Amino acid sequence: MEHTHSHDHHHDGYQTPPKDSALRVKALESLLIEKGFIDGATVDAVVETYKHKVGPQNGAKVVAKAWVDPAYKARLLSNATAAIAELGFSGVQGEDMAIVENTPLVHNVVVCTLCSCYPWPVLGLPPSWYKAAPYRARAVIDPRGVLAEFGLEIPATKEIRVWDTTAELRYMVLPERPEGTKGFSEEQLAEIVTRDSMIGTGEPTLTTPSH
Amino acid sequence: MNGIHDLGGMHGFGAVFTEPNEQVFHYDWESRIMGMFPALFANGNFGVDEFRHAIERIDPIEYLEGTYYEHWFHAFKTLLVEKGAITKTELETGKAVSGTKATPGLTPAMVGSLLKTGASARVAHDVKARFSVGDKVLVTHKNPVGHTRLPRYTRGKVGTIAIDHGVFVTPDTVAHGKGEHPQHVYTVSFSAAELWGKDASKTDTIRVDLWDDYLKPAES
Repeated sequence: MEHTHSHDHHHDGYQTPPKDSALRVKALESLLIEKGFIDGATVDAVVETYKHKVGPQNGAKVVAKAWVDPAYKARLLSNATAAIAELGFSGVQGEDMAIVENTPLVHNVVVCTLCSCYPWPVLGLPPSWYKAAPYRARAVIDPRGVLAEFGLEIPATKEIRVWDTTAELRYMVLPERPEGTKGFSEEQLAEIVTRDSMIGTGEPTLTTPSH
Repeated sequence: MNGIHDLGGMHGFGAVFTEPNEQVFHYDWESRIMGMFPALFANGNFGVDEFRHAIERIDPIEYLEGTYYEHWFHAFKTLLVEKGAITKTELETGKAVSGTKATPGLTPAMVGSLLKTGASARVAHDVKARFSVGDKVLVTHKNPVGHTRLPRYTRGKVGTIAIDHGVFVTPDTVAHGKGEHPQHVYTVSFSAAELWGKDASKTDTIRVDLWDDYLKPAES
């Protein structure tokens, strides 16, 4: 394997990949097409799916439905995979789902310290911070410090439950329905459910929709 | 393995940086790498546990310098060569040398259903659970050199079984071609103080999904 890395530190706080990355990836893709292992149109179809069809808007629908439909919420908490599939969301990196519910006594937050496991069917592909060392290292040892960086101050008397998703269960947080949303339709509620509120690093917001 | 990937509890990486309105992919080549994964997986070129282990075997400095999709790219190259799908020469020159041509296992028409179905690691085997919800368990203190999903920060610690998730294949063996070894996976709840010492929060818990083999009954 070649060692041609010469990373600059990028303004985003992480790394800028080597400038020849595009060429090197193209070379491998071309080789794999020439060898008959992959079809370029297959790669296009996968990319389209995760760019445009699968994302946190899916999870937001699950949360909104759980907020307005107690029977659905009960199914979601007892068999998350099946309840999520009722809304048409299923598959890769969400084959076996678990929902953890925030309450006045418990705040849940999800991390994958060993890699970057994330519930793709409901949240899409993970953001950079979820995959990078600071969050993965600190979420388990200093969850209150990490959440403060996201603007969340959790009272000392409230339990923070950190879920380190080391196995093949994929976790999504069911946030608490905010005050002031009485009379909202299910669609309006879905609009206020942010990606971060379903990871546990944020709350639903009435002012800044996530998408 | 006690690799650089096992980051839980480390200090020194600084604050979490969040990019507002982040794009799904930062570069087109990242999307090509991501899109190749299901295609190679469907061919049987590698499994997810082998893939994770290939990432864990990246040189630690390169691991920390590399971004997520660079890790994937590195793992593709490692596994495709190790498993004989391509040769080192082909990788270096970018030209196929062997005359035989494979047929892609994943066609564009199959993408939708494959992504909707996935590949669950849950298996239907009737394996007895050694532990029940509420049991106190001691995490075994071992340092395997191969793939494991037992984070270092939990080893030798005592927790409580919070959930029994049922029976799953075992990554420690699957990653090395040594069989599925189906067994129960549990969520084990640890107090922050058990993991991090008496100065840690008195109220917080850390919940980690662990395989039956990783656990022993705790002496009460």
